[in-house]
Amino acid sequence: MKLTTRGIINTILFVFLGSLPFLTDWMGDSFYTGLTSRILILAIAATSLNLLIGYGGMVSFGHAAYIGIGAYVVGIGAFHAFEDGIDWMLNGYVQLIAALLASALIALIIGAISLRTHGVYFIMITMAFSQMLYFTAVGIETYGADDGLTIYARSDMLGLIDLNDEKSLYYLIFFSLVFVLYFMHRLIGSEFGAVIRGSRSNEARMRAIGFSPYKYRLVAFVIAGTIAGYAGFLMANLSDFVSPSILHWTRSGDLIIMIVLGGIGNLFGPLYGAIAFVMLEELLSSIPLTIGGLSVGEYWQLIFGPLLIFVVLYARNGIDSFLPGARKNHDGA
Amino acid sequence: MTAPDLLIVENLVKRYDGILASDELSLTIRTGELHAIIGPNGAGKTTLIKQLTGEISSDGGSMSFDNRNLRRLTEAGRSRIGLARSFQITSLFQDFTALENVMLAVQAHKGHSFRFWKKAAENDALTHPALDILLQMGLETSKDRRVSSLSHGEQRQLEIAVALATRPRLLLLDEPMAGMSTEDSTELMATLRDLKNHYTILLIEHDMDVVFSLADRITVLVYGRAIATGTPEEIRNNADVRQAYLGEEG
Repeated sequence: MKLTTRGIINTILFVFLGSLPFLTDWMGDSFYTGLTSRILILAIAATSLNLLIGYGGMVSFGHAAYIGIGAYVVGIGAFHAFEDGIDWMLNGYVQLIAALLASALIALIIGAISLRTHGVYFIMITMAFSQMLYFTAVGIETYGADDGLTIYARSDMLGLIDLNDEKSLYYLIFFSLVFVLYFMHRLIGSEFGAVIRGSRSNEARMRAIGFSPYKYRLVAFVIAGTIAGYAGFLMANLSDFVSPSILHWTRSGDLIIMIVLGGIGNLFGPLYGAIAFVMLEELLSSIPLTIGGLSVGEYWQLIFGPLLIFVVLYARNGIDSFLPGARKNHDGA
Repeated sequence: MTAPDLLIVENLVKRYDGILASDELSLTIRTGELHAIIGPNGAGKTTLIKQLTGEISSDGGSMSFDNRNLRRLTEAGRSRIGLARSFQITSLFQDFTALENVMLAVQAHKGHSFRFWKKAAENDALTHPALDILLQMGLETSKDRRVSSLSHGEQRQLEIAVALATRPRLLLLDEPMAGMSTEDSTELMATLRDLKNHYTILLIEHDMDVVFSLADRITVLVYGRAIATGTPEEIRNNADVRQAYLGEEG
């Protein structure tokens, strides 16, 4: 990495994130470790969605579905291990592989159909599929339906790492994010990445020079879905709980907001966006102000909404626009 | 001595809401020739190119390229067997550099692109051929500049460079001079003269000086029909052509 001002800012952020559990120890308040864990998991999911939206121009509005699938695999595994004494279903590796395979398979099916459409239709169809999964989750009584599942035991990683230890879990999440970002960096710069970016930039020319973008887009869709499924695996272990709301379409919307906030098509954008999103949510919802009997904190979205409009109107690359060395906006193409 | 036919188009038809954009159009391109297509605006020149490349479907007729039925191939498939086009309205990858634009076209013809890890920018098999083409088109000094920062003339040259990178056997150039300054077109004309020695070319161009000085043969299109084909000399002296087209220019 070249040591630009931007590089230094990113480095500081990662050093800070890497030492956070010790800082909170020192402050004697572990609340922030949990909060940051959640931010980083969302950053992993948003980074995977950024491959589709930012680099591929595929505005998938159902990305929370894969987080939900990953999380439900953990929830269901823990449920059967607990209720029926099926011990192997608590095995973290079995859960992990099942979470990845299930999210990849669902992404393959949804992608294969959705990618035949474009524009608004693509947005609507991906959202429709994710809502189908949402209502499926709501409908399954065994797994708690609306109320969801409390996860009584986290994934058992057989002694390699203890997910019950908040610090270990935090570092698993942190290094997962680092790996996902590095993987994304390599992917974007690879020949595959060139095809994905080229198809967003000018699909007509891609065909004219001999590419059929569909199959490349489908593979990107599956990669993104699988990574989001992994984020779901982590999320279930972090929150000890999974319910249908995790895959509701508004959660997919949150991920898109994070990407927009952070700067579309930027490697680190989703991370900055996830930090900003969760921090704003925490801050705004704890505003102690009451106007005419209405608590402002309870309606925090009233402030968040205009803020988002402001970002979209005046900082087209989100937070990235404010970092030194921001590239000129050329997203319009 | 006549070179073998590379492309044979017979009775090609394209209908748009009752208008015949291509009306029983027939045409042959011989290997090695520069074949120009001229005709008034709306004669169906670009439609012909789009039908040849498969960007739009045809409503009738046949197209055979090196004895292969083009109508059975997709647009990408036609590119892979050696049909390449440049666009009348510049159609590049705007946020890519000049080099990346050409590299992507090279990559398209090197088998699949399911390579997820190795950096494309460090792959000599992509960069070397791409640099050669940029050099050939006089763009080597602009290789690391994004398309959006290139001049119009440079973009037009890159437009052709991207087509060349697919190693075409037939190059379809759709008004390569469109919107160019006089100096730029003089330069591009020299480039075309050079390309003519290496490629079979179908050229659509409005500038009659360019057409008559470069073309081996010319086909005149009027209302989607080929009304005459011949050497520049024959076309100049063809009565139908004079009446239908050249006459308009005085």
